[in-house]
Amino acid sequence: MARTLRHLLAPIIDNNPVTLQVLGLCSALAVTTSLLTALTMSAALTAVLVMSNIAISAIRHHIPNSIRLIVQITIISTLVIVIDQFLQAFAFEISQRLSIFVSLIVTNCLVMGRAEAFAMRNPVGPSILDGLGNGLGYSLILVIIGIIRELFGAGTLLGLVILPAVKDGGWYTPLNLMLMAPSAFFILGLLVWAIRSLRVEQAEPKEFPLTDEPERRHG
Amino acid sequence: MTELFLRSVFSENLALSFFLGICTFLAVSKRVETAVGLGIALIVVQTVTVPVNYLIFSYLLDDGAWGWLGLVDVDLRFLKLIAFIGVIAAMVQVLEMVLDRHVPTLYRALGIYLPLITVNCAILGGSLFMVERNYDFAQSVVFGLGSGVGWALAIAALAAIRERLEYADIPAGLRGLGMAFIVTGLMSMGFTAFGGVHLP
Repeated sequence: MARTLRHLLAPIIDNNPVTLQVLGLCSALAVTTSLLTALTMSAALTAVLVMSNIAISAIRHHIPNSIRLIVQITIISTLVIVIDQFLQAFAFEISQRLSIFVSLIVTNCLVMGRAEAFAMRNPVGPSILDGLGNGLGYSLILVIIGIIRELFGAGTLLGLVILPAVKDGGWYTPLNLMLMAPSAFFILGLLVWAIRSLRVEQAEPKEFPLTDEPERRHG
Repeated sequence: MTELFLRSVFSENLALSFFLGICTFLAVSKRVETAVGLGIALIVVQTVTVPVNYLIFSYLLDDGAWGWLGLVDVDLRFLKLIAFIGVIAAMVQVLEMVLDRHVPTLYRALGIYLPLITVNCAILGGSLFMVERNYDFAQSVVFGLGSGVGWALAIAALAAIRERLEYADIPAGLRGLGMAFIVTGLMSMGFTAFGGVHLP
């Protein structure tokens, strides 16, 4: 039981897909201008991830090794088309705001990475948990960045006013930078720093440590 | 046209303002040499695939594209994702063979980066933007070239900065990935400033 749960819980912080495995960054940065788009994107990606893990793990003994990437891409893009059409049918406004990023789940390395690294080698049960766990780990980062950007950039959360803005007679001056591209990079960078300060073992070692041997120094 | 080119290189840079291809962008930007190689490969692939995808989309998939056969109601736009991925994979393969046959020096220089480009979301994103913004054929050629050049410029610049940072004394938790994000954020701010540039 403990081992089964590990598949679900490990990717949430200890082996987070965004901050440690560095997978699926494009969408994590692009759709986080508001909490609502971040949540929608998280739900879409988690759904695709779980379903592709199920499908690929169920037929893993029948996929010839030489064409496995093509099979995986076809399965994933079919699922993404389904999700995309679903969003356009039932949540048209949000799907317009997400623009091309729902379609880009296809090339999101997270889905492909989990299919290749986990679903190809494990039975369906653990694959579902692995997909769910990685989806939640990804969602956690997206939601944190989405909350920070929407709260400080517009003073709202899910459209509800939290910090009343000056132009509506309140006291808060929105930080426009938060809604622009650079802030996403800064927040994610600082988040990585925070997680790696708490979990010291995740920090990257120096690639070229300075040594005391003087002959290696130039100038 | 010039304005579209400049916009896609600078103020609407694929990597720095639309976050496309960021995985590769961070993974392959430790050395300037490899970054430049990947950048060139991406320019070539992007310039070829965006116009080809334009032709495929408007003559095979678009609403009413089969009208000349009497099939007025056929709308295959939902297939664009699978079609584009197929085209990109095929174009990369063709390009690999052509370069191998005619420009072997460039082929050897690009090495592993050419096949890697197939899964780069900047390429697929470029084609999807072309559809979303309704570019015509000439515009899609310019956009393909411009966005490729912009991406290459960004990764070469980031690699140069990271090479210098190798000797900086960075806090342990920030080293590597964290610092790369902060630097990319600063570059992104710099590129945003180009948004104010307008041609007379």
